Order: sequence, then structure tokens, then C-alpha cells
Amino acid sequence: MRAILTLAVKSAWARRLTLGVTLCAIALASALLFAVERVRHDARQSFTQAVSGVDLVVGARSGSVQLMLYAVFRAGSATHNIRWESFEAIATHPAVDWAVPLVLGDSHRGFAVLGTTPDYFRHFRYSDQRALGFAAGQAFADVFETVLGSAVAAELRLEVGDRITLTHGMAEAGPGHDDKPFTVVGILAPTGTPVDRSVHVNLESISAIHLDWVAGAPLPGLAIPAEFVKKFDLQPKEITAFLVGLKNRADVFRLQRHINGYRGEPLMAVMPGVALDELWQTLGMIEQTLLAMSALVVVIGLAGLLATMLASLNERRRELAILRALGASPRELFLLLTAEGLLVTTLGVAFGLGLLAVGTFFFAPLLQAHFGIILQWRLFAPNEWLLLAAILATGLVASLIPGWRAWRMSLADGLTPRN
Amino acid sequence: MFLDGRMTALSIVNLVYRWPRQQAVCLDIPRFDIAAGEHVFLHGPSGGGKSTLLGLLGGVAVPERGSIELLGSDITRLSGHSRDRFRADHIGFIFQQFNLLPWLSALDNVLLPCTFSARRLTRAGTAREAATRLLTHLDLAADAWHKPAGELSVGQQQRVAAARALIGRPEILIADEPTSALDAPRQQIFIDLLLAEAKAEGAALLFVSHDERLAAHFDRKIALCDINRAGTIEP
Repeated sequence: MRAILTLAVKSAWARRLTLGVTLCAIALASALLFAVERVRHDARQSFTQAVSGVDLVVGARSGSVQLMLYAVFRAGSATHNIRWESFEAIATHPAVDWAVPLVLGDSHRGFAVLGTTPDYFRHFRYSDQRALGFAAGQAFADVFETVLGSAVAAELRLEVGDRITLTHGMAEAGPGHDDKPFTVVGILAPTGTPVDRSVHVNLESISAIHLDWVAGAPLPGLAIPAEFVKKFDLQPKEITAFLVGLKNRADVFRLQRHINGYRGEPLMAVMPGVALDELWQTLGMIEQTLLAMSALVVVIGLAGLLATMLASLNERRRELAILRALGASPRELFLLLTAEGLLVTTLGVAFGLGLLAVGTFFFAPLLQAHFGIILQWRLFAPNEWLLLAAILATGLVASLIPGWRAWRMSLADGLTPRN
Repeated sequence: MFLDGRMTALSIVNLVYRWPRQQAVCLDIPRFDIAAGEHVFLHGPSGGGKSTLLGLLGGVAVPERGSIELLGSDITRLSGHSRDRFRADHIGFIFQQFNLLPWLSALDNVLLPCTFSARRLTRAGTAREAATRLLTHLDLAADAWHKPAGELSVGQQQRVAAARALIGRPEILIADEPTSALDAPRQQIFIDLLLAEAKAEGAALLFVSHDERLAAHFDRKIALCDINRAGTIEP
């Protein structure tokens, strides 16, 4: 038994080129499968943890998925803004406990700038009803003060007291608001949500930097210096969206109907949980298809192993007859081939996992920056164990076939191979 | 059991063998014995049932009728697994050519039987020493010992195969046309080396060949057609 396993390893090593190519295919295929599964799992995790404790998200009438994407995930942009009066009318509704306005549209070096009120830090919840915490400093109180998400501060190496300038629009090279720099007054603790990648400023600050702007461009000949902005009315006339918390959650459908039927302008209120489910239903199909395709790639990789081994079996017919003459039983030759297949599969999967670890290291920041998906550094989730077991089981089945062929062959050939 | 007062290494009684799914009898041998330590030359044309007989002696095939006693045990009564063990423990085979695993060194090829049979490992003493001693006796230069077997000349390969058959002192050696890949001068040299080593180890030798000229130095020469009543042609 041990003799046969040692021989299996030595024999496989002698054919390391062909088996190596097969092994690489299996490694790449399993790395792909694990990557898809991991991104899938972590994307869902990132999305579902992004917001909690908010009963309704309100914006201009569009799609609920689109509203969630721009209001919570800072992805895409609103087609219409909503008027300040509408916000005030709903914020003062008797069922409403709190309402926090959100203004989006500017950025700092690719990070979205969120104009809001200090209430945001008090009411916003993520994950399992967790409140935002400050790693340093405190909330903004005045214009031209900013609170950074943890990832913004870490990636741009910013600290409390540093000064930054904002850019109009989301493009990094957009027209700047260089004349009105902001001072960092606080840095939030990491949350693993889009909050980490946001730059938070006062609503009034957003108005202030756009005082001398019209229709997305600076007014030629009109420049209002930063120190004079307070002489103007900085109450915004429009906001992008707002978050609503209710006194009693049972009122949520009543208030939703009220907002959806609001007479002042077309508004839409969505429940974050429901909208996220809807989002997942849209993505679910893609997600399942991707997973199925990766699984198929693994099957193709293992089919390659099977083909390689069956092809080599004819050349190895004499080798099997020699082993037979030395006293190997047909059962041991079955073991020899099966062990070889399992060895290549196991090594392939191991290399695949190594590849995945390296890939995660290099691509996790990218994925987080562009899609807000936070890849977790962890060994194995339960569903990944299942996946691993499935790959190895399929590899075993693929290896049993050449093993069975070798067994049949050795019985037919005896000591003298016929070929 | 005994032949001329010596214990038999091999004794066939009333053996009948037919190929699977075939009518014609391939082998019908009423009686064939080899004494312990005896060197027998079995002459037969190719396709005369030689390979079939060797398969039966090796225990990879079972006769329809009759008994095959090797060293006193009837291997036709053993299970498939026990026949495999018996072959590993007591028989050394040398074939026409391509006897070796090309990706193992010459030395590792010689040592292979000791990994399959604990008995031969024990009887070899220090296995590596036994292997190098055999290779030296069989005239294989030391610089070839560690080369992959696939890189050796055919003559060298056959000598490695002989060393492998001899290691662990099996009681029975079976050689199937081991010289047919060698040129004429080397054939006799190889046979003399093989006979000398078989004698030194006290092994019975069954040497099968179609070439009668090689029979000179054997104790006994027999033609397969003399012991086999079925004159059929192997498929």
C-alpha cells in the first residue's frame, strides 16, 4: 500500500509536464470558483450591512434600486433632486421621529462627498443597529469642516487638522472648489460600509462652495471669498435624498403611502430591507449563473485530468504489467491510478487557494474602491468547505475511471501487455 | 513433491487451460516438474502457449483443471490476492525487454521487489548492499546505478532486470526470451551470468526461448510441444 503510493508520486513526477499543465488548469478553475463564491458572499454581506435603523429612504421618483444605490451606496447619481420644502413637510409629519437630509454630487479625489447635518452621526445605523463612532475628533459644527470615513483617511493619509479641497462631480479631474478648502475635524471608526469611503460635510458648506456657481460651472467674474459666505443664506434649496426614522415602526406603510402620494412633487419612499431584497433578486440570477459557470469550469478542468490520465494509460500499459509481475494486485494498480488523480486534484486545489489568497491581497482594495464590496480576510466559510468537498469528490470520481481502466487492463493483460 | 530425491520447485499435474470464450484447448499438460535449483530450458516457437503458461505459473491466470504446485503449495487453490503475494515472495521474472520502470534509477528498479515483498526484503539482508552486489556480479558499472533506467542500453537494462529478479533470493526464476533483444555475442554472456547467479542463489530457473542454440549450458532442455498435448496456436 505505501509502496504503491510512493510509486504513484514518483510516477506522477516523471510525467510532471503533462500533469503540471493539468494541475494548473485545475488550480485556475478552483481559484475562479472560490473567488466567485467569496465575492458573492462578501458582496451580499457588504450590501445587507450597509444600512439599518433607517425606516425609509426618500428621493425623487425613480426606481427603488436606483435610489438605494445612490443614497446608500454612493453608486450612480440621482436624476432629480427634491425641494427643501418637501423635506421639511415630511420631516414635520407627526409619525416621523427624525429625518436627515443628504446632498450628493461632489467628491474629493474620487471619494463621494456627502452633505448632511450632524444628526446623521446620531441616527445612522449599520450592520446590526451599530451607531457610527469617531476614531478621532468630532462631528462638524461649522462650514468648511469635514468628517472623513476611515478608508478615506487611511488611503489619503489624512489626519485631524489637515486641509482638503473638493471637486465638482465625481470625476477626479473635475472642476475644483480650490478657493474654499475644508479642515478635517473628525475621522470615523471603520464600519465596513460605504460610510468608510465618504467625505462628510455640512449642508451649508455644499451651498457655500456653489454660491458663485451656476449650472455646474463657476460664474465668470464672480468669486466670493470663503470668509464672506456667511453673509449669504446658506439654506439649501434642493437636496438629493433623505433618511427617515419613525416613532413607531408600524406606521411605515402609512407614511410610505403618504410620501409616494405627496402632492408637492413626485417623491418615492423605499424601505431599505425590501429594496435590498429587490436588488438581490436582480443580482441573484447573475450571481447563480456566474457560480454555475465557474463550477462548469472546474468540471472541465477535471475532465482534462481524466483525458490526460486515460491517454497516458495506454503508454503505461507495460508499466502496469511490470508492477503486476513484481506482485502488485489489480487492486493495487487501481489504487496507483486513483491516487495519482487525487494527488493532482488536491495539489491543484491547494495551488488554487494560494492563487486566491494572492488575488485577494491585490484585488480586495480595488473591489472595495469601485464596488464597495469588502472582501474579508478569513480562512474558510462553511459554504466554502462544502465547495472544497465537492471539488475533491468530483476529482475522486474522475480518478476512479482511470483506476478502473487500469484494473481491467491488468486483468486482461496478465504479465504480457498486448499493444 | 520430490524429483530424483530433491524437492520440486514446480510441479504441474493434469493442467488444462482454455482462453476465455474459446472452444479450443490452449494448454493440456499431463505432467511437468522442475526440481529445486534445477535450470531448465523450455523451447517453443512464439505463439505456442508460452506466455499463457508463464501467466499460469505467475498466478495471474487460473487453469480450468489440474494443479500447479510451486514449492509445495498448489497456487490454483489460493485466492487472487494470495497468488499475488506468492508471486511477489517467491518468483523473479525477466521479460524480453522493457522490464524496467524507465523513470526510476537502475538501483531503485532492483530494489522494487523488496517494497512489494517483506519476505524478500528480509532475505536480501541489507537491501541496498544486496542490490549493489548483484549489479556488480552482473557486470553493471557503478556509474550506471543511479541513472534513470530509461537511459541505459538494452544490454544494461537486461542485467538490471536480472538483478531485480534475483534480489531477496526467490526460489524460482522465470525468464521469457530475455536475450532476444541482445546481439549474438552478448546473448551467451548474459545467459552465463544469469546461470552463475541463479546457481549462487540456489534458485530454480525456467528459461523460455524459441532459440535452441542457447540451450547448451542448462541442466535439461524440453520442448513445449513434448509436454503440451494441445497443439493449438495462441490467439
